Amino acid sequence: MADNKELPPLFDNEELKNDMDFDDDDDSDIFASAISTSIRTSSAQDHNIPETSSPFNGQSSTPEDLPKLSLKDTTRDTSVSTLSSPVAQSGPLSPPLDPTNTDIDDLHDVPINDDHEDHSFNVAQSQSIGEEPTESSDQYLKITVTSPQKMGDGMGSYVAYRVETKTNIQLYRNRVFSVNRRFSDFLGLHDKLTEKFLRSGRIIPPAPEKSVIGTTKIKMSGEKSQEQNSGSSEFLERRRAALERFLNRLASHPLFCIDPDVREFLEADMELPKATNTSALSGAGVMRLFNKVGETVNKITYKMDENDSWFEETITHIDCLDGQLRSLNGAVESLTNQRKELASCTGATARSIAVLGHGEPSASLGRALAQLAETLEKVEVVRKAQANSDLYQFGEMIRDYVALIGAIKDVFHERVKVFQNWQHAQIMLNKKREQKARMEQTGRSDKTNQAATEVIEWEAKVERGQEEFDKISTMIRKEVERFETVRVHEFKKQLIQYLEAMLQHQNQLIKHWESFLPEAKAVA
Amino acid sequence: MLQDGICETNEIINNGPAKKTISNESSLDQTEKALQVDISDALSEKDKVKFTVHTKTSLPDFQKSEFFVVRQHEEFVWLHDRFEENDEYAGYIIPPCPPRPDFDASREKLQKLGEGEGSMTREEFMKMKQELEAEYLATFKKTVAMHEMFLTRLAQHPVFRNDHNLRVFLEYDQDLCVRGKNKIEMFGGLMKSFSKTKDEYYLSATVKDVNDFFDQEMTFLTQYHQNLKEATSRSDRQTAKHKDVADSYIKISTNLLQLATTDTGKLEKFMTKIAETFEKLRKVEGRVASDEDLKLSDTLRYYMRDTHAGKRLLIRRLKALHNYETANRALEKARAKNKDVHAAQEVAEAEQAQTEACAKYEQMSEKGREELVDFKQRRVTAFRKNLIDLSEFEIKHAKAHAEMLKKCLSVLQNE
Repeated sequence: MADNKELPPLFDNEELKNDMDFDDDDDSDIFASAISTSIRTSSAQDHNIPETSSPFNGQSSTPEDLPKLSLKDTTRDTSVSTLSSPVAQSGPLSPPLDPTNTDIDDLHDVPINDDHEDHSFNVAQSQSIGEEPTESSDQYLKITVTSPQKMGDGMGSYVAYRVETKTNIQLYRNRVFSVNRRFSDFLGLHDKLTEKFLRSGRIIPPAPEKSVIGTTKIKMSGEKSQEQNSGSSEFLERRRAALERFLNRLASHPLFCIDPDVREFLEADMELPKATNTSALSGAGVMRLFNKVGETVNKITYKMDENDSWFEETITHIDCLDGQLRSLNGAVESLTNQRKELASCTGATARSIAVLGHGEPSASLGRALAQLAETLEKVEVVRKAQANSDLYQFGEMIRDYVALIGAIKDVFHERVKVFQNWQHAQIMLNKKREQKARMEQTGRSDKTNQAATEVIEWEAKVERGQEEFDKISTMIRKEVERFETVRVHEFKKQLIQYLEAMLQHQNQLIKHWESFLPEAKAVA
Repeated sequence: MLQDGICETNEIINNGPAKKTISNESSLDQTEKALQVDISDALSEKDKVKFTVHTKTSLPDFQKSEFFVVRQHEEFVWLHDRFEENDEYAGYIIPPCPPRPDFDASREKLQKLGEGEGSMTREEFMKMKQELEAEYLATFKKTVAMHEMFLTRLAQHPVFRNDHNLRVFLEYDQDLCVRGKNKIEMFGGLMKSFSKTKDEYYLSATVKDVNDFFDQEMTFLTQYHQNLKEATSRSDRQTAKHKDVADSYIKISTNLLQLATTDTGKLEKFMTKIAETFEKLRKVEGRVASDEDLKLSDTLRYYMRDTHAGKRLLIRRLKALHNYETANRALEKARAKNKDVHAAQEVAEAEQAQTEACAKYEQMSEKGREELVDFKQRRVTAFRKNLIDLSEFEIKHAKAHAEMLKKCLSVLQNE
């Protein structure tokens, strides 16, 4: 039904149309390694839905990450690497279903994390101090993602996207440049950022989710007809657009746009080290799943007494928003589908009217019917375009925001964890003080000294915990406020664009029918 | 057959299958109207629809000049069948029987809505319900219009309007006692329609039409009917989908409204405005759907039925031809058998039968040709009018749509 030539106008990159022929390899871009895919599908059933292991929790970094850090400046390098290896070791050990144990794990992490926190936070702060004013200035970073192209052959093949950047930020070596990146690179970038910034309370724009269903569909339809091909082209286009939005969200953020990892991603004209831990069923993926389960249990079991009214309000607001955006997303999705079906029904009607006109003995009526068929075909095109605009200008934005709200929730959860650490340190401190007091009472001076140092140690930890909590709270507030401003702005912009497109489509309809009207009148 | 001039009005009357008569009739000179029929009221009772048929006439055969009777769909079918059965009318295209009132679709939807009540907000539910009620009403109106159309065509026809059964149908103020078919009758009907199609094949296979005009008409009508059928079902699917699209606007608009209540201050006005616009757009889309249904699908559907009626005429004619040929053969046989007998009784009878069959066939051919030419003319005029209406409606709605969007955009951009 939908040939390539009927591709809706919104598919603006020409290359896409030409690249549609490789239907049998589209699966490859999703999974970093196709071999793991097959293993995955079997073991996936145990943990149901491997795609849910979204890369939000940055705890599960594995030693494989280390080579990736080669391009970073050295100070960061040390702090991050010291962080990542202990976590990686403690990660697998922590029994995922026991919240108390996770607490202790967190506790062990505290000094190290603290260290890291201070580091990156300072960096973040210094950067944000340097950056936030310039946000309003005419600095820009514009990224387009184009031409998904199949690389390699067979099972190991993947789809590469061309990432083109235009910028005037001094930190970039050139003003205009482009690189080839594959889907797992995008996920890898997201993971790196999550690892670095989630702890400090930054909202990290979510990367497009892996679509096991989508890719499997393409895989199944691999060697089949053209119709499937158009389905896979739609999938690729959706993903391309989503990746582009992801990068531009990063680019519009004052901190992320100059982050070394982002810069490396955009600039380095070489293949990035394979981000193995992004594939859902690798060892890291499974670990992430465990961690996720543990965190979810933690989320459910641990209720933090909120004494900050702003947070209280915002959390309910965000929850509310989440539900509503989800249902709106569903509504828009169903509209898109209905409209697509309407378009194809219109096409079918047009064809049968054409047949009718062909068999019509009255010449003038036959001509009019042929014209009607043509008009209906044009209407079909308009309706298809409208369905596309429903999807890309309205639906996808809502989808993005559902995901973004997920990211905000992650940040909130991160804050709860920090709070837990602090509280735990407080409890420990109290215990140590009691111990010390007992020692002093019993007069065992040899142990009193040790107890005293422990008290001092824990006092410092409590202080750090509190400090960390305050910092993350401030940062979250700032980030959420930024999110809200951006959201209001983007909603307005996108919806106005959407309505404008709709208006345009209606004007096209008027034009088509107006040109048909004299034909109808000409029937004798 | 006093006022032959009226038969020309057929063409005009048949232009709009669904929403005609009143406007057309009022434009005609009242004195020329010998028989006017309309359905003044209709009542839906459970799964039965009762039509109040209103007749005004100056024909002397009727007892009064104006009267009302209550009729049901089955009685319309009965009337149609009487016409179809009557040999005298074999040479005419008998107006197609109106379709059975079908509210199953609406009812089914209503039931589905009731089941899904929990999953939507109260407001959404009310809107969906309203929408369904409107749809139900539209179907109802359409059904009434179709039945009225049938009667009007009969009443306008110079021959049909003098039919005894029509008179009974219009005048007799009791039930006609034509209930729905029971099982045996249903079976009989099935057999009948089966034998009808068998006849069709048999006749078309055995009887070679000597007349090119009718031969061509037959092929044409068969093909054309097929085309119309296809186009009608496609067009129906399209309008149904269009209604679905309009319905999905409801959900979007309510969701946007909810979002607006959450977003106090920042996006509240903005979202509310868009939600309002979507609500208005839904109505426009709904109207586009129903006008497409009325102007395109219904025209196609009506002529699908009318071509079928035309085809029946041709088959009746073929039958007459077949009878004529059989009579010819019988005559020859009788002559051969009785060639030694002077003025044999048998030959005379056969001659008589042959002449009758010939006359009947000739008359039918003549009438049929007239009717078919007339049918073509009528169809072209009706299509013309409906296509013009369709595009005018489409333009009107698209303009209204665009206007709303423009207004909404100007409000939004000024914020």
